[in-house]
Amino acid sequence: MTKFEYTDKKDTRSGFGAGIYELGKTNPNVVALTADLAGSLKLDNFIKEFPDRFIQCGIAEANMIGVSAGLTIGGHIPFATTFANFATGRVYDQIRQSVAYSKKNVKICASHSGLTLGEDGATHQILEDLGMMKMLPNMTVINTCDYNQTKAATIAIAEYDGPVYLRFGRPVLPVFTPADQKFEIGKAWHMSEGDACSVFVTGNLVWEAVLAGEQLAAEGIEIDLINIHTIKPLDTEAVLASVKKTGCAVSVEEHNILGGLGESIAHTLTQNLPSPQEFVGTKDTFGESGTPDQLLEKYGLKAANIVDAVKRAMARK
Amino acid sequence: MTLKIMEIEQLEHIASQVRRDILRMVTAVNSGHPGGSLGCTDLFVALYFDVMRLKRGADGHPIFDMDGKDEDLFFLSNGHISPVFYSVLARAGYFPVSELATFRKIDSRLQGHPTTAEHLPGIRIASGSLGQGLSVAAGAAFAKKLNKDDKHVYVLMGDGEQQEGQIWEAAQFAPNKKLGNLTAIIDYNLAQIDGTTMGVNDNRDLAAKYRAFGWNVVEMQGNDMADIIKTLKDAKSDPDVPTLILMHTLMGYGVDFMQGNYKWHGTALSTEQLANALGQLPVYAGQEDY
Repeated sequence: MTKFEYTDKKDTRSGFGAGIYELGKTNPNVVALTADLAGSLKLDNFIKEFPDRFIQCGIAEANMIGVSAGLTIGGHIPFATTFANFATGRVYDQIRQSVAYSKKNVKICASHSGLTLGEDGATHQILEDLGMMKMLPNMTVINTCDYNQTKAATIAIAEYDGPVYLRFGRPVLPVFTPADQKFEIGKAWHMSEGDACSVFVTGNLVWEAVLAGEQLAAEGIEIDLINIHTIKPLDTEAVLASVKKTGCAVSVEEHNILGGLGESIAHTLTQNLPSPQEFVGTKDTFGESGTPDQLLEKYGLKAANIVDAVKRAMARK
Repeated sequence: MTLKIMEIEQLEHIASQVRRDILRMVTAVNSGHPGGSLGCTDLFVALYFDVMRLKRGADGHPIFDMDGKDEDLFFLSNGHISPVFYSVLARAGYFPVSELATFRKIDSRLQGHPTTAEHLPGIRIASGSLGQGLSVAAGAAFAKKLNKDDKHVYVLMGDGEQQEGQIWEAAQFAPNKKLGNLTAIIDYNLAQIDGTTMGVNDNRDLAAKYRAFGWNVVEMQGNDMADIIKTLKDAKSDPDVPTLILMHTLMGYGVDFMQGNYKWHGTALSTEQLANALGQLPVYAGQEDY
């Protein structure tokens, strides 16, 4: 198992804030919008330096999506920001018609995804957003794993012409990916080589997968660890190359197992290389209030759950 | 400002041709929305043949690009009245008039509701699911301000559509952002699929509502070409305040048995009805059906 180290812990949403601030300086077409959550989305620096390119929409997400679509028509690159629940479920039809179907260059940037926003509870803990967004034709779907990757992804999606859903979160996580990385949309990151089992992981749970990989290595089991930051388009080549080598797979995500990354992996394997697969994710349930750690534990999303899933997948080979 | 009688007459002649197109398109595929299309024909003709400052090539034909910089823009929020939009775009030179024959047919650029997916010149956003156009137009107007582009943005909505919540999010947004370069028009025909707007879910006093939200509100006779042109040109006076025009129209205007009847919202005509209707809409010198 490759050794991953960190000296700092930060929230991924701050990586977004740093990325959009950087874009403010380098790309005059970038416009930031929010629906009364500028602070939560870490837009402070952008707003301070580029007040003319910041649009406060108030608590009106549907309008924010439509305004974003309209801004693209004048050649701007709108970054529409709010919590993941309000960025997707609340405005699905607006995204579907005015952004995805109309193929507008809108970046929907969503914080507070999944269970790990914690105490606010199930009304805010969306576990269906990846599924909803990946089902939309023309939509690119990205879920990042730490501060640096989020910052790099934020910068990268401004260069890409088309609708993007970028998902990140509230919890403070180890910063273990390189600060100078170049983020390549649709290209999986092969984190560690092994032949026991392929582990495909996205978002906040990547660090849990690293911990799982270390535990398994201590037992002599080397996993093939792959970070799928881009859920759509999926790097099917990387998925198939890995499972060809290992013969089994585990998918790991802070999302419902229905409709998420796991289902995309399963689809790829079923079509090309039928193989045993285990799913680490929430099991068709809503969340609840609690600390992020308590919630990950209760809903089976910790390193220990990944270890168990790897062993189950290997037993089915 | 007084527009010359001759110019008004020319525009009315174009409107007659557009109404013929609408009825023939809808009848040909036995589907579509003729009622609102006929009611809004005069507005579309006024916008595309007189009011809007459009980019044109040396041959006088409009040039279409998605950005629409340095030209006036129009958005159709109530996308179901696509027949009038398509006819006017074709007659204004955005695409061949013959293409109107493909309306709602397989492999056509003229989808049931307007879309950018088929790259039809003149269309900048998909519409059909109601309530979204005012937000899009507000975004486009905001972009023009950012770009220091002094041209104007128009959007047409239905009055039944005012029942959608998103409209009121956008209605708050536009005056607060001082989008004086935006003119929103409501097709105020008091009719929607299930009946009158009063009977279905009464909009009550739309003028008072928009005024309370900070809009400049005016009314206009939407089937009177001279009044349309005068009102649209006057509407752009305040650079910081968007204008809302309540456009009084009759659904089905121009055909006696359709006029004022909500049943023609989304119903096609029979062959006999079409013949009767076309008999009421003259073909003027220099015009011909597609």
